[in-house]
Amino acid sequence: MNALTLPTRKAEEWRYSDLDALATLWPTPAPTRIDVAAGDSVAHHLLQDVGEGAAAVHDYVITIADGARCDFHVLNIGGKLGRVTFTVTLGSHAHFELKGAIIGGGDQTLEIITSVTHAQPDSTSGQTIRSILGQRATGSYLGSINVARDAQRTDAFQSIKAMLLDRTATANAKPELEIYADDVKCAHGATVGELDRQALFYMASRGMDPATAKTLLLKAFVAGVFDDVADEAVKDALEAAALAKLEALV
Amino acid sequence: MLTIDTLTNEIDGKAILKGLSLQINAGEIHAIMGPNGAGKSTLAYTLGGRPNYEVTGGSATFEGADLFDMEPHERAAAGLFLGFQYPVEIPGVSNLQFLRESLNSQRRARGEKELNGGEFIRLAKEKAGLLGLDMEMLKRPVNVGFSGGEKKRAEMVQMGILDPKLAILDETDSGLDIDALKIVGSGINAIMRKPDKAVLLITHYQRLLDYVKPDFVHVLAAGRIVKSGGPELALELEREGYAEVVAA
Repeated sequence: MNALTLPTRKAEEWRYSDLDALATLWPTPAPTRIDVAAGDSVAHHLLQDVGEGAAAVHDYVITIADGARCDFHVLNIGGKLGRVTFTVTLGSHAHFELKGAIIGGGDQTLEIITSVTHAQPDSTSGQTIRSILGQRATGSYLGSINVARDAQRTDAFQSIKAMLLDRTATANAKPELEIYADDVKCAHGATVGELDRQALFYMASRGMDPATAKTLLLKAFVAGVFDDVADEAVKDALEAAALAKLEALV
Repeated sequence: MLTIDTLTNEIDGKAILKGLSLQINAGEIHAIMGPNGAGKSTLAYTLGGRPNYEVTGGSATFEGADLFDMEPHERAAAGLFLGFQYPVEIPGVSNLQFLRESLNSQRRARGEKELNGGEFIRLAKEKAGLLGLDMEMLKRPVNVGFSGGEKKRAEMVQMGILDPKLAILDETDSGLDIDALKIVGSGINAIMRKPDKAVLLITHYQRLLDYVKPDFVHVLAAGRIVKSGGPELALELEREGYAEVVAA
């Protein structure tokens, strides 16, 4: 992702980004490389919570060898621009699982960009992203799945859901498939919605104040993203940071 | 307890209630019956404060306070409970979580101490037992996957836990078979038939009134109470139909 000149919005992967904020950081740090050896299983996470007004770009280049597995949990909540990218290549019988949440308010631009290449047969991948955006925030998920000609029996899914708390917030969800094999399963779904007004009235009718009701619905919306974080301390940290951000937003 | 005086309202510019007046005192159970489209559910939602149910005239005074000055959650904290004809499903939020947050929100608003986890579970178990609802059901998300009867029973467990002064029950009997109707009816009696509480039952049919005996029955037609009487009025309606009784 590193380049000498600042990208422009003409480049698809930068179309929705905040290039002014990016300029304060440019050039971005070198990508983090994760190589998962054949048969290994690794878990990684990122809590992107850079300070207000700052920019943070985290690029991950991940190769997952034959029969290996990589689970990645990401919570993207900090900074004027918070951008996390994944370039993933999967070997035969390998699995990549990304679960992420974006929670933004103010003038934040928060992005998760993925490019997952199924290079060999019988590999699988799953991506689950939940975004909650308030005020004038922009949250984007751009995700491409590329299935090579030889990568028969690939099984991949992308589940993208965004919730807008204000009319001024923006969600972009762009799942993309490029498939050259003929025996593959690739499922993707993307929705953008608002808090359920009927549920909010139901909760109010039981005495719940609006902030409590909204927080409860939003917690339910992102619930599950961090359920399967194996390390309890990491799980607690991610959940606590998500909840604190939510409470500040409603 | 509740005084409604010449209430008029609109939904999306359409007038529904057209000068409705009703007085409910502590210790009383009132039933409102009426044909489809008369404004029965609109009355319930308007008193509960549902958005878009715009009050255009008249007043409602609840325990001395102007009901329409309060937000929906403040009405609940003041002691109003609205039983929904179609209880709303809330995926991802368990009944227990939903009810504990609701109860503690109310208690905070009234300046009372919040219940801790243990105290709340004991209360929930007691009230669920009253309605024959398995505690396992309360661990599941609010109304998700519940049958019609289970939803109504869950509503009554909510009422038991929240312990309101006035319950407005909008067609709580719809979707219930006879057995469930008996359980729900006895639940209403056990929770609400007390000298310091009152109930407004909104129903199409006499059958719920076999189990929850009303002190007063009112006929709502075209946005107004057109006739009031004792329990015998419900039987008359069942026998002769709304058209006859309203015309008489």
